[in-house]
Amino acid sequence: MIELKQINKTFKVAKRNAGFKEAAKALFRREYTYIEALKDVSFTINDGEMIGYIGPNGAGKSSSIKIMSGILTPDSGECRINGLVPWKDRKEHSQQIGVVFGQRSQLWWDVPIIDSFELIRDIYKVEEAEYKRNLDELTELLDLAEIVRTPARQLSLGQRMRCEIAASLLHSPKVLFLDEPTIGLDAVSKIAVRDFIKKINRESGTTVILTTHDMNDIEALTERILLIGKGQILLDGSLDELKKTNSPYKTLTLDYTAGGFAETAGISVLEKYDGRTVFRIDTSIISVSEAITLLSAHAEIKDVSVEGNSIDDVVVSLYKEFEI
Amino acid sequence: MKKYLSFFRIRFIAGLQYRAAAIGGLATQFAWGFMYLLMFQAFYRSDPSSIPMPYEQLASYIWLQQAFLVLFMTYAYDRELIESIKQGGIAYEMVRPADLYFMWLTKDLAKRTAGAFLRCSPILIVAALLPAPFGMNLPASPMAFIMFLLTLILGTLCSASFVILQYITVFYTMSDGGIRSISIALSELLVGGLVPLTFFPDGIRQVVELLPFASMQNVPLRVYSGNLAGQEMVFAALLQVFWCTVMIGGGYLLMGHAKKRVVVQGG
Repeated sequence: MIELKQINKTFKVAKRNAGFKEAAKALFRREYTYIEALKDVSFTINDGEMIGYIGPNGAGKSSSIKIMSGILTPDSGECRINGLVPWKDRKEHSQQIGVVFGQRSQLWWDVPIIDSFELIRDIYKVEEAEYKRNLDELTELLDLAEIVRTPARQLSLGQRMRCEIAASLLHSPKVLFLDEPTIGLDAVSKIAVRDFIKKINRESGTTVILTTHDMNDIEALTERILLIGKGQILLDGSLDELKKTNSPYKTLTLDYTAGGFAETAGISVLEKYDGRTVFRIDTSIISVSEAITLLSAHAEIKDVSVEGNSIDDVVVSLYKEFEI
Repeated sequence: MKKYLSFFRIRFIAGLQYRAAAIGGLATQFAWGFMYLLMFQAFYRSDPSSIPMPYEQLASYIWLQQAFLVLFMTYAYDRELIESIKQGGIAYEMVRPADLYFMWLTKDLAKRTAGAFLRCSPILIVAALLPAPFGMNLPASPMAFIMFLLTLILGTLCSASFVILQYITVFYTMSDGGIRSISIALSELLVGGLVPLTFFPDGIRQVVELLPFASMQNVPLRVYSGNLAGQEMVFAALLQVFWCTVMIGGGYLLMGHAKKRVVVQGG
């Protein structure tokens, strides 16, 4: 179980204006600003959950991951993961967690992947039998057989990311932190990585905390979402709930040959062209099918398309709502 | 312990991949070796009586110095490590159930050993075949050779722990340029890289010999040829142990402090 209570973290950042004069001045006196990266962040995550941790750049996602993985020490607040305080019981804690930083690499650049794996085995003191079992399983699931004997520098990004994920799971961690694991990957690799994450969560009961900017990741993987912005947790709920409560609107596009439409309760016109009109349907007032029935009475409809608000829109509207 | 051995192993393997660098290094070191020998030849011709070290001993000193140059690097030279602090790759090392300081020390030792392993034998073989007085000589005695190996290890450890201190400062300064310039300027002279420390004038020499820099290459290179022997040698070896302890202990504590205030760079 992961428990965070009122975690605060402030960073000191040196600031100065552009220009030579300012640079020279900064040699003697520096001005600092304090950035509150995390403000009273609290949440609880149960064993076996899969969490999507989202928020704009600089919201505090990575800082929280770093606190939970024991790299950063918060200024105040409590954090316990399976009873351990990450930054205090660092060694013991690190045995229990796996971390993937999508923008960095833990693989040795010049040596075959398998050498990096063996090093990780020894660092985590993984039993030979367990190592072999995990390696076989990961090799199969992530399709690594062809690439483990290749040096990391010769792998494509997608291949390397699969190896990074495997490397983080060799010691069978109970909790897996994935910090933007699909960044820069192509569609095929993204899907492979997602399938794998889903599988590991379902079959091994590994708790997964995933940060990402790719809303498809969230949609495909997580049921519960934590939205963070400007260092504060803004929302904690399920994806469906989130979509429903925050966007009752659907976009309806009609192509027609003849006739015309009038706005009624729950139906408003967004755009109007010759032979095509785009409506916004407020589903809290009128359902989509009712709206179509109503509208089709006035015109000869050729084509209909309905779009739900995507999670992207949801997040954007949430940012607006919370003014972040 | 096993984890550090594995760490040593992988760094060693990685280090062996840089063959071109090793060949380039070899050529440079032969060139420097000959240059030093010829330069000293000129000194010895002008006034041999004023020189505290016979030319044969000096030849061994210079060839050993070139052969084991990589073992005794005194400035922060591991780009990967520095970049990992600057760019934040260090994050991965900080989530391992191992101690960061000893991981770095192991890594650094392995890098040195791999570099020296690739370069030392060609240099030593060629140097042994050179005609007297330019060639390398056999060790002064079996005992001198054993002490040479022992002080070589201590000297390497001393150099490594000194360099780790520099790496740790990068946590605070976010740049390695300044500290590297300072340490190159200071250490090149004080370790006995330009001239052996015995050549220093009295008064200055006694002070310099107590500094940590003197516990690096100075001891093993002089022990080999018998230039440093007896009580003086024992004292020098003990001083090596002392400086290793101080610098490793100091580095360990400093690392503990640096880790707490670390900000992993780059998001």
